[in-house]
Amino acid sequence: MARGRIRSKLKLSLIYTFGCLRPSADEGQEPHPIQGPGFSRTVYCNQPHMHKKKPLRYRSNYVSTTRYNLITFFPKSLYEQFHRAANFYFLVAAILSVFPLSPFNKWSMIAPLVFVVGLSMLKEALEDWSRFMQDVKINARKAYVHKSDGEFRRRKWKKISVGDIVKVEKDGFFPADLLLLSSSYEDGICYVETMNLDGETNLKVKRSLEATLPLDDDESFKNFTGTIRCEDPNPSLYTFVGNLEYERQIFPLDPSQILLRDSKLRNTPYVYGVVVFTGHDTKVMQNSTKSPSKRSRIEKTMDYIIYTLLVLLILISCISSSGFAWETKFHMPKWWYLRPDEPENLTNPSNPVYAGVVHLITALLLYGYLIPISLYVSIEVVKVLQATFINKDLQMYDSESGVPAHARTSNLNEELGQVDTILSDKTGTLTCNQMDFLKCSIAGTSYGVRSSEVEVAAAQQMAVDLDDNGEVSSRTSTPRARTQEIEVESSHGAANNPRIPIKGFGFEDIRLMDGNWLREPHKNDILLFFRILAICHTAIPELNEETGKYTYEAESPDEASFLTAASEFGFVFFKRTQSSVYVHERLSSSGQTIEREYKVLNLLDFTSKRKRMSVVVRDEEGQILLLCKGADSIIFERLAKNGKTYLGPTTKHLNEYGEAGLRTLALSYRTLDEDEYSAWNAEFHKAKTSIGSDRDELLERISDMIEIDLILVGATAVEDKLQKGVPQCIDKLAQAGLKLWVLTGDKMETAINIGYSCSLLRQGMKQICITVMNSEGGSQDSKGAVKDNILNQLTKAVQMVKLEKDPHAAFALIIDGKTLTYALEDDMKYQFLALAVDCASVICCRVSPKQKALVTRLVKEGTGKTTLAIGDGANDVGMIQEADIGVGISGVEGMQAVMASDFSIAQFRFLERLLVVHGHWCYKRIAQMICYFFYKNIAFGLTLFYFEAFTGFSGQSVYNDYYLLLFNVVLTSLPVIALGVFEQDVSSEICLQFPALYQQGKKNLFFDWYRILGWMGNGVYSSLVIFFLNIGIIYEQAFRSSGQTADMDAVGTTMFTCIVWAVNVQIALTMSHFTWIQHVLIWGSIGLWYLFVALYGMMPPSLSGNIYRILAEILAPAPIYWVATFLVTVTTVLPYFAHISFQRFLNPLDHHIIQEIKYYKRDVEDRRMWTRERTKAREKTKIGFTARVDAKIRHLRSKLNKKQSNMSAQDTMSPRSV
Amino acid sequence: MSSTAASLTVGGGGSSESSGVKKTSKRPKYSKFTQQELPACKPILTPTWVILTFLVVGVVFIPLGVICLHASKRVVEIVDRYDIDCVPASSRNDKVAYIKGVEDKICNRTILIKRNMTHPVYVYYQLGNFYQNHRRYVKSRNDAQLRSPSDERDVKTCAPEDNVGGEPIVPCGLVAWSLFNDTYRFSRNSQQLPVNKKGISWKSDREKKFGQNVFPKNFQTGDIGGGTLDPKKPLSEQEDLIVWMRTAALPTFRKLYGKIETDLHEGETITVLLQNNYNTYSFNGEKKLVLSTTSLLGGKNDFLGIAYLTVGSICLFLAVTFSVLYLVKPRQLGDPSYLSWNRSAGG
Repeated sequence: MARGRIRSKLKLSLIYTFGCLRPSADEGQEPHPIQGPGFSRTVYCNQPHMHKKKPLRYRSNYVSTTRYNLITFFPKSLYEQFHRAANFYFLVAAILSVFPLSPFNKWSMIAPLVFVVGLSMLKEALEDWSRFMQDVKINARKAYVHKSDGEFRRRKWKKISVGDIVKVEKDGFFPADLLLLSSSYEDGICYVETMNLDGETNLKVKRSLEATLPLDDDESFKNFTGTIRCEDPNPSLYTFVGNLEYERQIFPLDPSQILLRDSKLRNTPYVYGVVVFTGHDTKVMQNSTKSPSKRSRIEKTMDYIIYTLLVLLILISCISSSGFAWETKFHMPKWWYLRPDEPENLTNPSNPVYAGVVHLITALLLYGYLIPISLYVSIEVVKVLQATFINKDLQMYDSESGVPAHARTSNLNEELGQVDTILSDKTGTLTCNQMDFLKCSIAGTSYGVRSSEVEVAAAQQMAVDLDDNGEVSSRTSTPRARTQEIEVESSHGAANNPRIPIKGFGFEDIRLMDGNWLREPHKNDILLFFRILAICHTAIPELNEETGKYTYEAESPDEASFLTAASEFGFVFFKRTQSSVYVHERLSSSGQTIEREYKVLNLLDFTSKRKRMSVVVRDEEGQILLLCKGADSIIFERLAKNGKTYLGPTTKHLNEYGEAGLRTLALSYRTLDEDEYSAWNAEFHKAKTSIGSDRDELLERISDMIEIDLILVGATAVEDKLQKGVPQCIDKLAQAGLKLWVLTGDKMETAINIGYSCSLLRQGMKQICITVMNSEGGSQDSKGAVKDNILNQLTKAVQMVKLEKDPHAAFALIIDGKTLTYALEDDMKYQFLALAVDCASVICCRVSPKQKALVTRLVKEGTGKTTLAIGDGANDVGMIQEADIGVGISGVEGMQAVMASDFSIAQFRFLERLLVVHGHWCYKRIAQMICYFFYKNIAFGLTLFYFEAFTGFSGQSVYNDYYLLLFNVVLTSLPVIALGVFEQDVSSEICLQFPALYQQGKKNLFFDWYRILGWMGNGVYSSLVIFFLNIGIIYEQAFRSSGQTADMDAVGTTMFTCIVWAVNVQIALTMSHFTWIQHVLIWGSIGLWYLFVALYGMMPPSLSGNIYRILAEILAPAPIYWVATFLVTVTTVLPYFAHISFQRFLNPLDHHIIQEIKYYKRDVEDRRMWTRERTKAREKTKIGFTARVDAKIRHLRSKLNKKQSNMSAQDTMSPRSV
Repeated sequence: MSSTAASLTVGGGGSSESSGVKKTSKRPKYSKFTQQELPACKPILTPTWVILTFLVVGVVFIPLGVICLHASKRVVEIVDRYDIDCVPASSRNDKVAYIKGVEDKICNRTILIKRNMTHPVYVYYQLGNFYQNHRRYVKSRNDAQLRSPSDERDVKTCAPEDNVGGEPIVPCGLVAWSLFNDTYRFSRNSQQLPVNKKGISWKSDREKKFGQNVFPKNFQTGDIGGGTLDPKKPLSEQEDLIVWMRTAALPTFRKLYGKIETDLHEGETITVLLQNNYNTYSFNGEKKLVLSTTSLLGGKNDFLGIAYLTVGSICLFLAVTFSVLYLVKPRQLGDPSYLSWNRSAGG
């Protein structure tokens, strides 16, 4: 109201002022709101040269989505790389190793670092390059741009600038955000597909201003000028504020005149538009968020482990260096054999502080084995291999589209095992965006025998249940017969009439098909029903040349399915003009058709508030009819007294349809007499031509006046075709304890219907709808009021949820985009989140891409849990990038979602396998691998430290340099990679059968600090055992019968042998799955060690030094060497072995039990136990198919019980007549 | 099953073939490896296995421990610390001055053989608090120089014992320079007991690491450190040096001095005529003379046997604990009632 008044006032004053001024000389104008802050943009139409200079030079239409450019690549990506704690540490280590104090060769530090960093950077560069190439392709697209004198030339997109006049032809993309001036249609409308923006496939109608209608050919732009003043670039897709000054008049602009970049012109030969926003200023680009580099939770935890180890490292280095300083100062002068009188710089007793400080560096490098760079290399390798497994998984390969699953980054494999919340797009992800006309109720009779997916599944589940309890509960009939009885309802008559499936038409009932309806009792009502289907819509027909059939471009897929149904029934809508709808009607069974024209007098649009649409038509007999279809509740309250003939049965049918997961609409009509109509029409026309924001309200009120006294004809039931396996997948995911939020750009009704069909919603669930009724949001005042309103609703809802006593009560939260804009503001978002988390399912409708990303961020940051976003369209890119894991559906729509995603799959249903199987495995593998890795390096690294204490902290290593080098690279790396790549706690079938196992990842059972510290403790223990046992065994006495004592290399080699054995046996104990590969790698690693010492010892002494023949001559003949290895190895792994045996025995985890069941084949022996456990292994879910089916089963059971009791009462004499 | 059969038999139709090719281009190839279906053994820790493992380890370790301990007990070892006793009482206040003095530092020790020692009886010297493993010390040598005379000038790692007046020292470095130089002479009943000093080093050291044509040069001519070498003998025959050059791992270490090739009998007294030259007094290092026989496992060390016995008994204890636990609170393997969802439901 308030805004409207301001607007109209403005207009008058502007007309007045501009009357005496040149349009371009407006700099000195007094400021007005539209030129105020946030509304500063001025566009001179057809004068792009005006935008070449500074104040009006806006961003070019060049679009770049790359993360780096040539100059920033190195600094930026290096920063990214060394941002990682470990890489930075290695960098420091590498720099230090250049100095001569290093105990190792500098290249042994630098080379692996360069390798790791270089590899990652190369990967980054390649990814960015592909993005760049995509940009180049888009920027080089061409569009027709007005040059001068009415001549249009093709020009590259990137060269288009603000103010250009652009001509876009059918099926072309808009190169920038345009103001629609005119179209090939005389009334200036055009149809636009916004798939890439909001994921909706239905067409949207855009309408140009009447003032610019005459500009409908190239010539007319010769002298065209105009000025647009409008809002600054912003990401809101559904708003636009501005005005056009043209021919000394000012016209307000609204979103229906704006054509957004990346949407597509459909069904319209051509349009003309003027460029308003270009490049990164366009709404779609404003909506895109920079793609962040993602790291998994485990990797982040790993950083903390690294910090812990770093502290440990610094601690022992400090001990080492102060020890060294101490020794140097107080003992060194007495050690004459070190020539303290002629000291080196590093060991100068007179300068112990210097010695200590310098030694610190040596120590840091020496104990660097605690944090091995090989960890990162190994993890990279493992993840790449895991990713290949994902890519190669045949069960995630979609044979229809021929697209396999693809792990686009390998960073996040293990994160897949820890997902808590899935945020899903609807269209194209959950649904195929295809409606199937399945059933209808006409004149109180229900037609349509095909069962919906929900019904089929309920029957199946029921059959299984009955089989299970067969012996126990069957009293009157065999289980088989009872199953059939249940299936009777859903399958009768469906078998013997195989038809070619028609898109959008799943209806099967011979009573209506092929003109048979003429023999039905209420044939007039049926006729009317079909006419309503064929006439009451806003669709446009398109003739398919090949088949001769019509396809329909409709605002919603429901309408398209109605039209398909109507044409199957013999009412083919084939032509629409400005004023009429033409239908071929087949009114006899002979197949002859009559062409009929219906003059469309008025069209009362569908809005989410009205929940109905009507047309007023005049048929060829001159009768005026109002045809209305809408939500049943709305229609029912508008029925005339004599229109309720079929109300009872229709209501019953509607409930049945709803239960079966179908979306329903009620159809009704009324006849109008001429006078009544013309009176109403006059008012309607007046309202239509009125200007002001209350126009819509007025129209609505007037529409209400005519849409009364309706006569109910029947109802339709349409199945929103879900993608294959979606409900089952959602069910499994829910059983695995995952939460699913649906974020959709669709209308609330559609979203709710989908919620029903994928069982996110069901009857008996308490729905909390949070919406703002007041659509005004302009002034601060009303904004505050709206916020209060929403806050009020939120707190009420939270209270309601809190006060709910019934533990099985399920809540569903439904919120629309407009409300979300407020709910996502800082002061309210946590209340919103708190409510949403308590609800079993959350559906957000009408959300913009940016909001999708914001919701994702809210969930991610608010709950601190792992989120996964899945979507298929460009509108999902934001949330895919924002979520911890982004999954793209590589379906039919564009590739933007896939390009932005971390994983791409061809169908939603593959998500189950991706998470429950691959996620579970990868999580466990990586977790175990990292724990083990730290274990082994602590076990190894600390022995170096202990030895230090025995050498006066001088920095001497007991091991040969090559042992040190080989330890991480060859001797222990391959088994750990095998662990990370091949370990399976349970097979993939069991992962799928026991979704509860997924909880282990969600609860982070395998990478919590308890476990990490346990492994570290084990490492410390191992290091102590390995070092001190060896020192104890090979002390000072002779170590073989020939009397020699062991020197440093003999001790070192023995100790090292023990380490190699211990860590490899340890990993064998860790694994539970041994293929030949694991065997070869583990035992091969031990073998390799002996082989290495033997070969190294055989090399000439100039190369091998003190290792020369150490195994062959010195150690191997000494029994003590072997005896020590045996003792130390067993002692090292003993506590771990005891731990796992006791833990398994006393407190077994789920996978232990399942392993045992499988091991003893108890699943085969005791099938019932197995099925029972599989059923129980579900998380108790409130959403999903199972919950739904349970409800349906309860329903059917009660029915069945009734039947049975009746039957037994009738004493089996008469056939069933109930 | 039938579908796979069909796809195998079909193959003639041109269109189906081409579409098949088109589809298989992106279709991952089936292999047990890529589908992660390789045959695998999945051992699980059943109580039987656990008990058996502990039992076997216990049963193997305890006898092994007994054998090791027995072997160690059979070894006869006599240790005689002499570093203090061999300094005359008058010099005890300033042992360093004594050891640095020029007078002859002869010392007589008598050793009583407590048990029969069958030959060979190994003679060791043992030093304490001597950091042969110090980094500066370990690095201060040059192996190439020891191997061949052509590398004798390669002394840069040997500082400060690298050269004397520009002439390289062979063998260079602190290790060689600080060579141990106490000597022992044994007699029994005033009869000389010969000490065999051949074959106390590793064969490979003698043959490959210390050259047969490398002779000591300029050794101990500059700063006098430890022992001297006979410049006429090639390094490969200087076994004391070869043994010394194998640096010990710990600051207390023994090195082989020689072998007495006759049996020593219980109750016999051995007299040792000892040259106390080596300075351990500066850093309070002990010096010991050790006579020892060996067993298959080397010298006397009870640690190994005790460790085996301890670990073995722990394993037996664990086996018993586990068995008791198994009897008291048996858990049937694969008992579904232990699954988390059943447990949380139960309590």
